[in-house]
Amino acid sequence: MSSLNKSSFLKIFISYLPIIILFFSVFNEFDFNYLNLDYFAFNFVHLLIFFWTLRNPDLLGYFLIFLAGIINDVVIGIPIGISSLCYLILCSVTAYIRNITLTPNFIKDWISLLFTLLLINSIQVIILDLIFLIKVEYINYLINTGFTFIFYPIFFVIFNFLNEKISYQTND
Amino acid sequence: MATGRDDFVIAIRSAFLKKKDKQKFSLLTLIFVSIFVIVLSNFNFKIIQYLKLGINEIIYRSSYIASVPENKIREIVSDIRSHLNIYENHQKILIKNENIEQTKLLNNFLTAENKKLRKLIDESISSEEIFAKVLIDKDSPYLKSVILNKGTKDNVKIGMAVIDEVYLVGQIIEVNYTNSRALLLSDLNSKIPSVLEPDDIQAVVSGAGSNFGTIEHTQEDYKESLENKVVIAYTSGLGGLFKPGIPIGKIDIGSNGKIRFFSDFTQLNYVKILSFKVGGEK
Repeated sequence: MSSLNKSSFLKIFISYLPIIILFFSVFNEFDFNYLNLDYFAFNFVHLLIFFWTLRNPDLLGYFLIFLAGIINDVVIGIPIGISSLCYLILCSVTAYIRNITLTPNFIKDWISLLFTLLLINSIQVIILDLIFLIKVEYINYLINTGFTFIFYPIFFVIFNFLNEKISYQTND
Repeated sequence: MATGRDDFVIAIRSAFLKKKDKQKFSLLTLIFVSIFVIVLSNFNFKIIQYLKLGINEIIYRSSYIASVPENKIREIVSDIRSHLNIYENHQKILIKNENIEQTKLLNNFLTAENKKLRKLIDESISSEEIFAKVLIDKDSPYLKSVILNKGTKDNVKIGMAVIDEVYLVGQIIEVNYTNSRALLLSDLNSKIPSVLEPDDIQAVVSGAGSNFGTIEHTQEDYKESLENKVVIAYTSGLGGLFKPGIPIGKIDIGSNGKIRFFSDFTQLNYVKILSFKVGGEK
């Protein structure tokens, strides 16, 4: 009985893991987006949302992503709604890719990630710089986009492993 | 051709409007809500302000709690490092102490002289300090700021100077009921009226988005006049925002006008929020 309870708890926990990681990343002070290193930063949240909404969208609800964006904006201190919009645009691209592809292809996903990152970072810069008149360092955005793109394969392997575990646990 | 366009339209429509089994909202709805929130946050309506304050209060507190384990680990690592470097640090402190003793004697005399001179021109400066704890220092490449645990209930106001020991670290830019946000000097949007000593040159210290600052709006040839000198930047007090004479940073010889801030913004735990009064001002 106890092992049954334990296994059902594990099943629930593991199926909520992407959400937990997402909220932990936006709430926590530790941020891959700012490691205090010169010319190195990547956006972990973008990678997380891109992978999970592409490969297993049932685990990461759009409303929760919207909420995570609001929290991220408040914690970072930029006007509320900007991150949410960027995260949801990322979701739109993944939803579109899911609709047009029958068999997932890693390379195609990876290249579309680059275009999406360029698009959402451009939108963020335009909103911050031109509408809210908050000065931003363009080079930081470019570096961030570059490293986020480069790091996708590493996180793809990790998330894919986790996705398989989740599928195995939930189908068990 | 027409079929290809139809496929594209169907794919787009499906991506934006179709809800999957576990999705409660369609993407399009949420995108519109996000845009609506961005537009609303651009207005300064009372209701929106209160809503913003409420969200800030909840999220700052939650973020502080979520960061507790990480802060503990950071503390332990810092303690271990400090123990390992204990001998080296002790030697450095001994030398520093000797220098401080000498400077202190000179400083006492200058302070007394300064007080006397201010009395002569009938200008006295009094200041009040509010001690605050840094709740969150989640830096981002876009906005360098920290959250402090003092807000309107402790009489914190927008524009107040934030000080680490005696050094300026930033200014308050957002105040909630129990907490506030301070913009650090290193942020691109930070502009502090300052005076460059020893040559008494007025300038603006601007953040560079990195760990140093730059000098702006000053004499064209200031670099030549300060060549081969170590220059210290202090707040000038112009504009009435900051108390004059708070040390900001140092321009080293050959640093090409880059200001090295005295305070290490990554190590802020407790700070002082400073308000001041000049002469008989209320």
